[in-house]
Amino acid sequence: MDVFGSFALVLAFVCAVYSFVGGIAAIRTRHPLLIKSSRQAGIATCSLIFLATFSLEYLFFSDNFANAYVVAHSNRDLSTFYKIAALWSGQEGSLLFWSFLLSVYVLSVLIAYRHKNGELMPYVGVVLSGVQIFFLTLNNFVASPFKALGVSGANGAMDLVARADGNGLNPLLQYPEMVIHPPNLYSGYTGFTIPFAFALGALLARYPGEKWIHLTRKWTMIAWGFQTVGILLGAHWAYAVLGWGGYWAWDPVENASLLPWLTGTAFLHSVMMQEKRGMMKVWNVWLVFSTFLLCILGTFLTRSGVVSSVHAFASSNIGAWFVGFLAIILLVCLAAYVKNRDYLKSENQLDSMVSRESSFLFNNLILLVSCVAVLSGTLFPVFSEWFTGNRISVGTPFFNKVNIPIGLLLLFLTGVGPLLAWRKTSLDSLKRNFGWPVVCGLVAGAVAFAFAFREFYSLTCLILCVFVTATISMEFYRGAKVMRARSGASYLASAVDLTMRNTRRYGGYIVHMGMVLIFIGLAGAAFNRDIQKDMQLGSTIQIGPYTLLLQNFDSKPEKNYTAERMIVEVMRNNKPLMMLYPERRQFPANQASGTMVAIYSTLKEDLYVVYAGQSPETQLPVMHVYLNPLVKCIWFGGVVVALGTLVALLPNRRAVLVLAGASEVAAAKSLPVALSSAPTLREGHD
Amino acid sequence: MQRQAKFGVGISVIVVSLAFLAWLGYGESKTYYHTIAELQTLHGASLSQRMRVGGTVEAGSIRRLSGRVDFVLQGEGRTLPVSYVGSEPLPDTFVDKSQALVEGRPAPDGRFVAEHVQAKCASKYEVAPGGGGAPAPSAQSSM
Repeated sequence: MDVFGSFALVLAFVCAVYSFVGGIAAIRTRHPLLIKSSRQAGIATCSLIFLATFSLEYLFFSDNFANAYVVAHSNRDLSTFYKIAALWSGQEGSLLFWSFLLSVYVLSVLIAYRHKNGELMPYVGVVLSGVQIFFLTLNNFVASPFKALGVSGANGAMDLVARADGNGLNPLLQYPEMVIHPPNLYSGYTGFTIPFAFALGALLARYPGEKWIHLTRKWTMIAWGFQTVGILLGAHWAYAVLGWGGYWAWDPVENASLLPWLTGTAFLHSVMMQEKRGMMKVWNVWLVFSTFLLCILGTFLTRSGVVSSVHAFASSNIGAWFVGFLAIILLVCLAAYVKNRDYLKSENQLDSMVSRESSFLFNNLILLVSCVAVLSGTLFPVFSEWFTGNRISVGTPFFNKVNIPIGLLLLFLTGVGPLLAWRKTSLDSLKRNFGWPVVCGLVAGAVAFAFAFREFYSLTCLILCVFVTATISMEFYRGAKVMRARSGASYLASAVDLTMRNTRRYGGYIVHMGMVLIFIGLAGAAFNRDIQKDMQLGSTIQIGPYTLLLQNFDSKPEKNYTAERMIVEVMRNNKPLMMLYPERRQFPANQASGTMVAIYSTLKEDLYVVYAGQSPETQLPVMHVYLNPLVKCIWFGGVVVALGTLVALLPNRRAVLVLAGASEVAAAKSLPVALSSAPTLREGHD
Repeated sequence: MQRQAKFGVGISVIVVSLAFLAWLGYGESKTYYHTIAELQTLHGASLSQRMRVGGTVEAGSIRRLSGRVDFVLQGEGRTLPVSYVGSEPLPDTFVDKSQALVEGRPAPDGRFVAEHVQAKCASKYEVAPGGGGAPAPSAQSSM
């Protein structure tokens, strides 16, 4: 099976090269058969990559310990679930997994648009196969996962050997989220290849109009959704597994995943300016280019270990390949831009500070500033070493100082932006749209202040969250009220109907609502508390309203590890509440240990209990307890964001039918004209 | 023209104030990375900088005292005595002969006072030829 897999990879490489070269020839000659054959070579490339991936997975499932990658990342006792995840637990496998996910996207695009956009698709195909060639080069010649295990024999030649058992999967990765976090994040990283290919293709082809933006909207949102969920799952994994009580440490690899998210978010917003007003064309093209570059950079940072990190794989020679690829992409993008920049001329100018356009402009500006800050902070050690010879790193205070105000500004714009009119907003409409939300926010702020809730950023965050929630609720309420007046349905049904008629607009509001929840959760971190104590049987720890009593220990042998557990009784205001079992796991296969945090999570706060180890001084076990307010809001907000993204991806319910229905109802009830022509049917993308 | 000037002012105010915050954060958190050998050649103001030093934990040197943990880091044939005074528990991977990265400042008596310690296991499971590295487990400083 390993020969089969590596052969499939070589063939995939050949097909990708054919698709690339044939595609360029097809663009030059416009020969229809050439166009078709290069597209089919692209499809073949994807299918062969699928075969290679499945055959590696087969090696894991058949416990083939003659394969070096399987030996390094699996063992016989590893459960089925984690044998799937073992695929992407190391360098070679995760690069193959990258190719695999990219192929899923490429195949969908090639098949979905095989009879459409004939002028544009050959260009897109060439860009896509170019990216595939790079990753297949790595898969085949730099980091092949199909290497057989060998030892130097007596005469100096390499002998193939097979081991009886493997070294096992890193215990940090043996956690359910580790099975879904990387696929999500990688689907985000790879997914941004599609808008990139369309943007570059459209620029190279001088493809008229905003068509590429309409075509890629869905793909961008899918990639963005995966990226968002992937980042949050990673944060949750860090929270539940690493046992340090937090979820985000501004670690280089975390930052790497945040960077394309920031530019991707900016892109999702600024395309609306191009669709509506034909502005920001250059900006949008460069946002997509940079998002893709940052995705490659993110993969590079994770894979190369250029900046030391918790997650980064061991240092390797793969970095040079990535730097080369980044340079090539940048050159191609620059060349395409310089050659065809006249095609990106803006059709309109900004009219007013208080307009939708300017809110998008500022949204983009601060997302970009945040991106630059995170990027420079992450790469600071590398650059400072180049320029000054000293390796200087910056820590959490740097990232927090810049990004907390940026987050709050963004939150403010989330509330304001969608309700501003295009071009120019009148004072009247400002009052009408923002009067109540501002009042709500200020009242909430005053109440919180009165209750001694006075941490500046958290208080500001609270006020803004209430303000944004109020603006979004008002949007739903107003729309639903108009719908209700026509159909007579309940408010809830009207709101659902409203959402389904303009999924993009209202799906967007739902995403914003999810972000508000995430911000509430993040603001809670200002009130985190923790206590650490050496524990004897019967000793207690008091934190907030909770008392924790250490009742006993036990030891539980499992298939792949042995768990040592603390049995902790939790009391709230001296009434028994529940039992918690923080664990330490010993994995014999790789002689490593891991913690399993026990979390009692409520909407208000998380009680987070870690069995922190044995104190060699007193021989007593150490318990570390954290009380983290509002963390649950972050995960819940993530679910809401995912839901909102799904809603925004749905096609709009047909407005024509609705119009007919609505006017009949309006006529029957002889409603005032003003009501029936109310702005419920604002169709399209605002 | 006037409109563009307004946008220009708005944008500059935001960018300048964020840059100022970044500069503050940079001053507060910048950390130099030095090897043990380099540390012994430093003098004057550069000795009071916050820094990170990497090395291998000398076998048998870990002593847990009340309120601190003392150990000795080795690297390039030199040694550095370290006192860890942080509040976080030391990571599981911090054992004899593990690779450790300590963060803090040198004290006048030649000891290094560390507030954070990250440790990387001496890679027992990377012996397989051709095997890729596994993510290094390490302790996290809090956010």
